[in-house]
Amino acid sequence: MEGHQLQHQAACMRKALFDQGYLDDQFLQLEDLEDEANPNFVEEVVKLYYSDSARFIRNIELTLDKNPFDFEKLDDIMHQFKGSSSSIGAKKLKTECTQFQEYCKIGNFEGCMRTFQEVKQEHAVLKKKLESYFQVFLLVHVYNCVYVCVDVHFVTN
Amino acid sequence: MDLGVKPVSFTSSSASWKSADGVPDQFPAGLRVLVVDDDPTCLRILEKMLKNCLYEVTTCNRAEVALKFLRDNKNGYDIVISDVHMPDMDGFKLLEHVGLEMDLPVIMMSADDSKNVVMKGVTHGACDYLIKPVRMEALKNIWQHVVRKKKHEWKEKDFEQSGSVDEVERQHKPPEDVDYSSSANEGNWKNSKKRKDEEDEAEERDDSSTLKKPRVVWSVELHQQFVTAVNQLGIDKAVPKKILELMNVPGLTRENVASHLQKYRLYLRRLSGVSQHQNGLGSSFMGPPDAPFGPMSSLSGVDLQALAASGQLPPQSLATIQAAALGRAATKSAIPVPLIDQRNIFSFENPKLRFLDGQQQQNNNSKQVSLLHGIPTNMDSKQLATLHQSAQSFGSMNMHVHSQASQSNSLLTQMVQPPSRAQILNEINGSHALNLPSSAGQPVLSQAVPNAVLGQNGIENVRRPAFTSVSQPSTVVDFSRSQSTEFPENSFSLVSNSGISNLTSKLQDEVNSEMKASRGFVPNYDVFNDINQNRTQDWRLQDVRSTFEAQQHSNGRGSLDVSSSVLIQQQFSSNQKSGQNRIPPVRKAAFSVADGLGNTSNIGQQLSSSLVDNPSRIKAERLPDMGFQNGLFSEHFGQEDLMTAILKQQQGGMEPIENEFGFDGYHLDNLPV
Repeated sequence: MEGHQLQHQAACMRKALFDQGYLDDQFLQLEDLEDEANPNFVEEVVKLYYSDSARFIRNIELTLDKNPFDFEKLDDIMHQFKGSSSSIGAKKLKTECTQFQEYCKIGNFEGCMRTFQEVKQEHAVLKKKLESYFQVFLLVHVYNCVYVCVDVHFVTN
Repeated sequence: MDLGVKPVSFTSSSASWKSADGVPDQFPAGLRVLVVDDDPTCLRILEKMLKNCLYEVTTCNRAEVALKFLRDNKNGYDIVISDVHMPDMDGFKLLEHVGLEMDLPVIMMSADDSKNVVMKGVTHGACDYLIKPVRMEALKNIWQHVVRKKKHEWKEKDFEQSGSVDEVERQHKPPEDVDYSSSANEGNWKNSKKRKDEEDEAEERDDSSTLKKPRVVWSVELHQQFVTAVNQLGIDKAVPKKILELMNVPGLTRENVASHLQKYRLYLRRLSGVSQHQNGLGSSFMGPPDAPFGPMSSLSGVDLQALAASGQLPPQSLATIQAAALGRAATKSAIPVPLIDQRNIFSFENPKLRFLDGQQQQNNNSKQVSLLHGIPTNMDSKQLATLHQSAQSFGSMNMHVHSQASQSNSLLTQMVQPPSRAQILNEINGSHALNLPSSAGQPVLSQAVPNAVLGQNGIENVRRPAFTSVSQPSTVVDFSRSQSTEFPENSFSLVSNSGISNLTSKLQDEVNSEMKASRGFVPNYDVFNDINQNRTQDWRLQDVRSTFEAQQHSNGRGSLDVSSSVLIQQQFSSNQKSGQNRIPPVRKAAFSVADGLGNTSNIGQQLSSSLVDNPSRIKAERLPDMGFQNGLFSEHFGQEDLMTAILKQQQGGMEPIENEFGFDGYHLDNLPV
């Protein structure tokens, strides 16, 4: 088991997330907030986001279902969702949200529906990617801890 | 900008904040910030950012709660940051309330960066507007708004203590310090010009003890000379330099003339617009038969500015008159100008006082009450409130005023204003159903003030308190009334199902209960178990995400997503009792130790140290000593196996290895060699 390999993997994943446009600067801001007291701040926030953001998706779905032409309401919900998503640096997702809002502004229901599927998709994709990323991150830590323990073990025995 | 914040404990008391020059050494550390945002993600991020700035942060997700905090702890906060879009109350409403009741600087935030929303923030008196997502850099400098405001208050208080006219005039000094955004050209900002006038006056008038230049008193003769010169040159062509030359007054500077000219111009402009309104009013006020005053109409209009400039009318009262006249929004032109003999005005003192007496008799109390706005004795907001409240004792006020000649002038000029002002106010603020004569002036005024463009941050901070606080009693009521009617409309429209209402109510609970502690506790993804709060259970029940299935709280098992199995946090959180224990045995630095979880952090450190010291002894059974549930570590699996599985999963698809590993702690006996 190579810790370096894990670390490398973590670094690659992270880079890919940025390069492929899933994350933007705001994510860096979150990373900067991590410190000894809050070593998993980013993960914590991302989790918080995902547990909270589901309601936006839900509400849009309900609205599309029941009041499909209440574009103002749709725009409103999406605005909040977008704000929340942008706070974790979800770049692609933010773009889709904006697109949705554009369709709302011109009252294009079909456009809204289509874009909403994109939004949901992006939302889910990002979630998986971030989960994987955090896992590898965790593994790196795990490995490091274990590695240290192993060393000590050998030293003491 | 590097604040050079020292990492000192931020427990500076409020007293230290209010010291003379305001700023204790560890400033801005310890700045007490109240953050209001209904979005928990943003709130958490903001909280962390602010904490990293060494500020003392209180969070809440509802505006009402925020107001409660503020009201319960009047001096407990230095600044408020609020989101614009909130379910229970519009952010701008909160802004108004805070401005009225607590007079704290308020920063608005929104993902919406469209100009009209930002403008709205400005007009409602926000001292800053941040676009989401908010960056650390933006928050680092919020302390400047606090300092600015405190500087104002301090200076005002200082002035009150001195109690002289000079001091009073000096109160206008702060605005210039704060006038960092010359909003002279902003939409409704007519004040700004007046502000500048006042500032200029303040500069000119200020006492030598504070100011560089000796005060210039625009006596009657001087003013006459000025007017003559201006008329000679033609009002359009009159430039200060030429006027100065024409006047040929030794010791008079171009600046003196310039500011006087500015005021004069404004006065004239106002006159032309006001003439219709005025006449009726003016004459009713101009009744006084005082001989010294002579015919009221001898001058076509009173130069209010001239009055102010003359030094008889403290700049401050001029400002207040101007501002009070709803200044902001309305209508310079609507300000009634008494048709008083200009000359007579300048010949102050007793005649004036007598005039005032006469005036008072003519005015009913309601009008006089609103006059109090302008009484320059106390420009401090609280003082104004006192003034307001002591409306009944206007007579005594008058006596007080009499002792200060200059102030009597302000009363004079102000007395003519209220009626029309009230009218204007009522007209302008038709929507506000505040038609009580006595209160009409103030509540409307105060509402007008926030509603009008309170452009310049610094200036606004000075002005707003002066007026809004006066109307505090009635406006608060009004606001709350209007609020209550608006609540239904503003209620979170998304709350369309019980789950969501649970969410919001629980979020509120969360705010209340979790604000202090358990920061390290991390709610899981939807998919993952999050037992710490029941609300998440509710959410999950309704979560129908295809990819991430809702999980059962109780069994603490991971989702179909294999990767979840690896996350130790999942295991821990699923087994936590208090929701605060998050110390996987194998993680050292990676352990998320919450701020308030001293206990668990100790445990974590113990674990870490034990890991290092005695790896061979680290067994699952040791961990229960720490208070974790036994089940947490009951399963053993090889570290190696775990790693392999995880890697495989990373590389490949989702393998159902959860059964292999479960969600329990690692067993460290089989460390790979």
